[in-house]
Amino acid sequence: MTNSIPEISANDVIFVIGSNTTETHPIIALQMKRAAGKGAEIIIADPRKIDLVRFSSLWMQHKPGTDVALLNAIMHVILKEKMLDGKFIDEWTEGFDAFSKTLKDYTPAKAEKITGVPAKEIVQAARMYGKAARPAIYYTMGITQHSHGTQNVFAVANLALMTGNLGKESTGVNPLRGQNNVQGSTDMGCIPNQYPGYQKVDLDAIKEKFESAWGVKLSGKPGITATEMIIAASEGSLNAMYIMGENPLISDPDINHTKKALKKLEFLVVQDIFMTETAELADVVLPAACFAEKEGTFTNTERRLQRVRKAVTPPDNAREDSWIVLELSRRMGYEMQYNFIEEVLQEIGKVWPAVAGITYGRIETFGLQWPCPTLNHPGTPYLFKGGFPRGKAAFTPVHYSRSKELPDREFPFVLSTGRQLFHYHSGSMTRRVTELNMIAPEAYV
Amino acid sequence: MKHDLIIKICMGTGGIASGGLDVMHAFRNQLGKKSIKADIKKHCSMHKVGCRGLCAKDVLVDIILNNVKTTYQFIKPYMVERIIEEHFINGNPVLEWVVSEDYHQFHDNQIKVVLSDCGIIDPEEIEAYINAGGYDALRQVMLTMSPGETIETIKKSGLRGRGGAGFPTGLKWEFCSKETSAQKYIICNADEGDPGAFMDRSVIEGNPHAVIEGMIIGAYSIGADNGYVYIRAEYPLAVERLRKALQQARKHKFLGKKILGKEFNFDIKVKLGAGAFVCGEETALIASIEGYRGMPKAKPPFPVYKGLWSKPTVINNVETLANIPYILRNGAEWYASFGTEKSKGTKVFALTGKIRNSGLIEVPMGIPLREIIYDIGGGIENDMAFKAVQTGGPSGGCIPAKLLDIKVDYESLASVGSIVGSGGMVVLDENDCMVNITKFFLQFTQSESCGKCTPCRIGTKRLLEILERISSGNGRDGDIKLLEDLSHDIKATSLCGLGQTAPNPILSTIKYFRDEYEAHIKEKKCPAGVCKDLLSYIILDQFCKGCGACKRVCPAGAISGERKAVHKIDTQTCVKCGACIESCKFKAIRKG
Amino acid sequence: MPNLRIDGISVSAPEGTTILDAAKSADIPIPTLCHHPKLTPYGGCRLCIVDVKGINRPVTSCTTPVTEGMEVSTTNPEIEKLRSTILELLLSDHPNDCMICEKAGDCTLQELAYFYGIRENRFEGERRQYTEKDDNPFIRRNMEKCILCSKCVRICDEIQGVGAIDLTYRGFNAKVSPPFGKDLNCEFCGQCVAVCPTGALTGKMWVTKGRQKDIREVDTVCPYCGCGCSLTLHIRRNRVIRVSSKENTINEGWLCSKGRFGFSFINSPERLKTPLIKEKGKFREASWDEAFDLIVSKLKKIRKKHGPDSIGGLASARCTNEENYLFQKFIRAAVGTNNVDHCARL
Repeated sequence: MTNSIPEISANDVIFVIGSNTTETHPIIALQMKRAAGKGAEIIIADPRKIDLVRFSSLWMQHKPGTDVALLNAIMHVILKEKMLDGKFIDEWTEGFDAFSKTLKDYTPAKAEKITGVPAKEIVQAARMYGKAARPAIYYTMGITQHSHGTQNVFAVANLALMTGNLGKESTGVNPLRGQNNVQGSTDMGCIPNQYPGYQKVDLDAIKEKFESAWGVKLSGKPGITATEMIIAASEGSLNAMYIMGENPLISDPDINHTKKALKKLEFLVVQDIFMTETAELADVVLPAACFAEKEGTFTNTERRLQRVRKAVTPPDNAREDSWIVLELSRRMGYEMQYNFIEEVLQEIGKVWPAVAGITYGRIETFGLQWPCPTLNHPGTPYLFKGGFPRGKAAFTPVHYSRSKELPDREFPFVLSTGRQLFHYHSGSMTRRVTELNMIAPEAYV
Repeated sequence: MKHDLIIKICMGTGGIASGGLDVMHAFRNQLGKKSIKADIKKHCSMHKVGCRGLCAKDVLVDIILNNVKTTYQFIKPYMVERIIEEHFINGNPVLEWVVSEDYHQFHDNQIKVVLSDCGIIDPEEIEAYINAGGYDALRQVMLTMSPGETIETIKKSGLRGRGGAGFPTGLKWEFCSKETSAQKYIICNADEGDPGAFMDRSVIEGNPHAVIEGMIIGAYSIGADNGYVYIRAEYPLAVERLRKALQQARKHKFLGKKILGKEFNFDIKVKLGAGAFVCGEETALIASIEGYRGMPKAKPPFPVYKGLWSKPTVINNVETLANIPYILRNGAEWYASFGTEKSKGTKVFALTGKIRNSGLIEVPMGIPLREIIYDIGGGIENDMAFKAVQTGGPSGGCIPAKLLDIKVDYESLASVGSIVGSGGMVVLDENDCMVNITKFFLQFTQSESCGKCTPCRIGTKRLLEILERISSGNGRDGDIKLLEDLSHDIKATSLCGLGQTAPNPILSTIKYFRDEYEAHIKEKKCPAGVCKDLLSYIILDQFCKGCGACKRVCPAGAISGERKAVHKIDTQTCVKCGACIESCKFKAIRKG
Repeated sequence: MPNLRIDGISVSAPEGTTILDAAKSADIPIPTLCHHPKLTPYGGCRLCIVDVKGINRPVTSCTTPVTEGMEVSTTNPEIEKLRSTILELLLSDHPNDCMICEKAGDCTLQELAYFYGIRENRFEGERRQYTEKDDNPFIRRNMEKCILCSKCVRICDEIQGVGAIDLTYRGFNAKVSPPFGKDLNCEFCGQCVAVCPTGALTGKMWVTKGRQKDIREVDTVCPYCGCGCSLTLHIRRNRVIRVSSKENTINEGWLCSKGRFGFSFINSPERLKTPLIKEKGKFREASWDEAFDLIVSKLKKIRKKHGPDSIGGLASARCTNEENYLFQKFIRAAVGTNNVDHCARL
């Protein structure tokens, strides 16, 4: 999120696209409802009549996969009716002229044919968003999990940039991150092409920085992504996997393909708190501690690091993930030395200055939002105040393209997945909470 | 065209209940008969009219033949043929059916402002109201007066809210008019809920246009463009006539856009209440219109600043609004000439209970209570002794016989622990038990408490329980003190007027009839012979002839005895229905 | 900014502040039952009454805004007597079964009864009878203990936007109920339970698991979605028995059904308790040393044979930052590949 959760209630227009917020982020949805109660208008673009529609002023029911067409048409109207922020575009962006030309074809009438949303509603949405003082966009997987997910995200960014709705309080672009620490694991460099803090592995200067920090030679070749790993495993080019607290068998698309690939591995280690479907396939299963059994930090969707504390001891021989990883590393011949867990955070601050100012002491009662580079920095509730990290933000022209798989005679329906309020992710935790299972015993179509 | 024969039939709820519709059909049928029509050979018109007050004598029919008015009482359909023949055709009124002296006495001692057209004009015809001067006030206000001048006139008239609280109406309008808001509302509170009160219902049934005209003038004065009439769903006739009147007013462009050609838009919606007494409280009423459960809110903020949908809102009672056109037509000084220094004008009361002429009356403020009871009301039924009058319904108090000369106005009644309230007056005689009457009112307030605040929800329940144990013979020493203490605390801490006034009947009856409470508690006796649990029926040996009449009527089989021998009542089995007393020709049975 | 005096102490508070909040700012306590700082002032319980000079009856401090020159008295014999009567009335319609009540020790009504020393009750009489129903696994409603403060109704409407419950019936019989007196059928966020000042609403799963005085509280962060709500785990004998959330948090104390009620997986008997090694298609229990030895030898062998890029690691969006950092450091520095990812990236 470019902004913070407390800023939501000060929005005057809330544009929710591809997010069933009340089910996926119930507490963030409360802030949206509060804003609506204070008079904010909520615009929703969603193929489903989600619960938040009850609080909305406008609900556009677009066909799945037509987000770009819808967003471009909204921008078309904003351009045509001159609801641009010219000053912002001049000062802070580049590539506007080329980009604006690409909007020409996306008339509301044309978009109506693609998206199924009446042209009138598209114009209305453009005016509501375009004329608002503190509008913000919120999206989740409904935008990202598409064959053209990146295009969707660019389109959202373009919309905010052309109206200057970025870098201000209660005004921005807010992807709502899914899992409790999905933000943190990305920040921490659990991605194949970037070290902690989004630093590229294939830039020599950065590689050298990490080599000296970690005292070891590192590979400068970007790794492969989770989906690529499954493909590589099935093709035989990946031979061993170490999976910590993930259940890709259930969460990845095409369960049969994933199962085949994992089975083909020479060696699979799964470290988890339950015998998940993935763990069943493992050669070695390591028992881990759950969130209530360890110390550390989680980073929520608004970039806020908050303290996780040990409340109870893990059962029997189960151990903290950190202990397991450190022990394994030592036995692999690479010993990492930490006296206590906060030292890890201190080390992270050294390689990624954006969190250098965060200590456990400072977040004892209330978390801090990165960037927070120094010990007296108050944290950053919203990003891009007075500029972008790369200097000027670039408009990226995008065009509507049809989804890769469309209904045909054999598969006549579009099915879209959604989340249930009472369960989480692959259900490895919530499915083991008797009460939650009672109220929502199964998924439904 | 001037008609020579006018028939007016009382068609308020009371009139209809007594068979008014049948009487009207009878007139229509009989007049339709060719022979009679040929005989009359005169122009004839027939009208429904609203309540004129004396419901006890319904169905009342006015016959105006060649400008001479004759009023008949207790008319039934079978009487119609004779009236037509003797009165219409032969010109000789049927004297035995004509109203008697008490009818005139009832009316002559009143001063009618709000009710001046009730019972005279046809409430379903706007023309009738217009012909009687209706909507002249609106025209006068809108064409010649500014909102400020209008408010000034109302202030000068001294009109105070007739719903019960008595807040100066002009002042309320002035507060609201000074608020700057694009949206304001005026609401007519027609949620009349006091047991035994029917003032507002009768006004709407008898002259709905006066209320509408009052609302339009109010809206013009405060700058509202939307109005609501919040009216009980239990008043179907009033609702029907109100809706009809609103349609007619719209057709005549008194409502809608550009009223009387001026830049003034205003319309009125009717909102039906679901029968909750507490919705007469203005914040609860607002909540109800907004679609919430009708529960009062703390004031401030007052509705004139933050009312319906948080916009400035004036809420006036039906009678208050119905006064407005008459005040503007006749002038503030005229209105202020009635009443007392602080309580100006007239007030409508619903006179019920053990009174001979029960019905609707309008009297100048400050009239002695005695005049209401004896001159207008004709005294107590069956010549029983006057005991007390309960004013202000469940929120009010009782006024005992010794205070019969008290003046009826806001201040005087308050000084003796009662209130004018919305205008209910229940007359009690020597056969009424004050504990029992009080219990009745507490039952009402307890079951109508919304439940929001603790003292009203639980406190009134406890008061009722104490009263119940007193009247059932289980009263304890200290119960009177407990009632007084709890009453005091409930009055001091309740959220709205309902709870704040609910203990009033208790406090005032204890004040004036403490001995009755004590008799119930200490002697386990009900002096009026009302509280069943404290009664026993005894057969007096010296009078009993052993006829067996009582034994035959006793539903419980509690009476035993051989023929011609003295009978006995088994008090354990007796259900205290009183059937034996009525059956005994020798007055041998006594209750006590 | 109006200046006023509360119990003789000079206080100034911004326009629109209630007497209650102004008093709070001056550290002057006023008892309340129906007040909640995040909800619309209600004025239902009447406990917070105070005297204001010039007003002839007590006013509720939770609803009355301060005005310039106001003189407030929050306590005097008359006010305390009235409060005592209110409590007595509430207790006259209450089961008073504190010895077996979940809420004992954490119950506002119990606290107030204690401070006002209410033992005898002048108003004993009928009590509401309520048969517990509700098939739902989360919320237990015992309406005999309800004092109708309406916090649950307001939070459900004003904060949660659901409106699953409201007051029904009138007078003494008034009660909070779902539509038509049916079972609760809602999102089960448990916000109502969190604000209930008595034992009327409790979590079914924590009944008889331990009362407030027996527990240790640990603040942490919810393990479910990305909102990052603060949780307070209530621990008794090394078990999480209840979850709540504090008000001064990013989630302002609000939680959803998962955060509030979805914690029993921690103590699930299905938890992995020891390392497992698969032999001939079946898992057997193993020691940590055995497991580590096997992993190390296998990984080293595969690395030697196929190179470090033949090994991949998946980190977890459910683990801490520190763990994720260590994990990728392990994969990069100890294994020697950048093949590290986790489930969801944007």
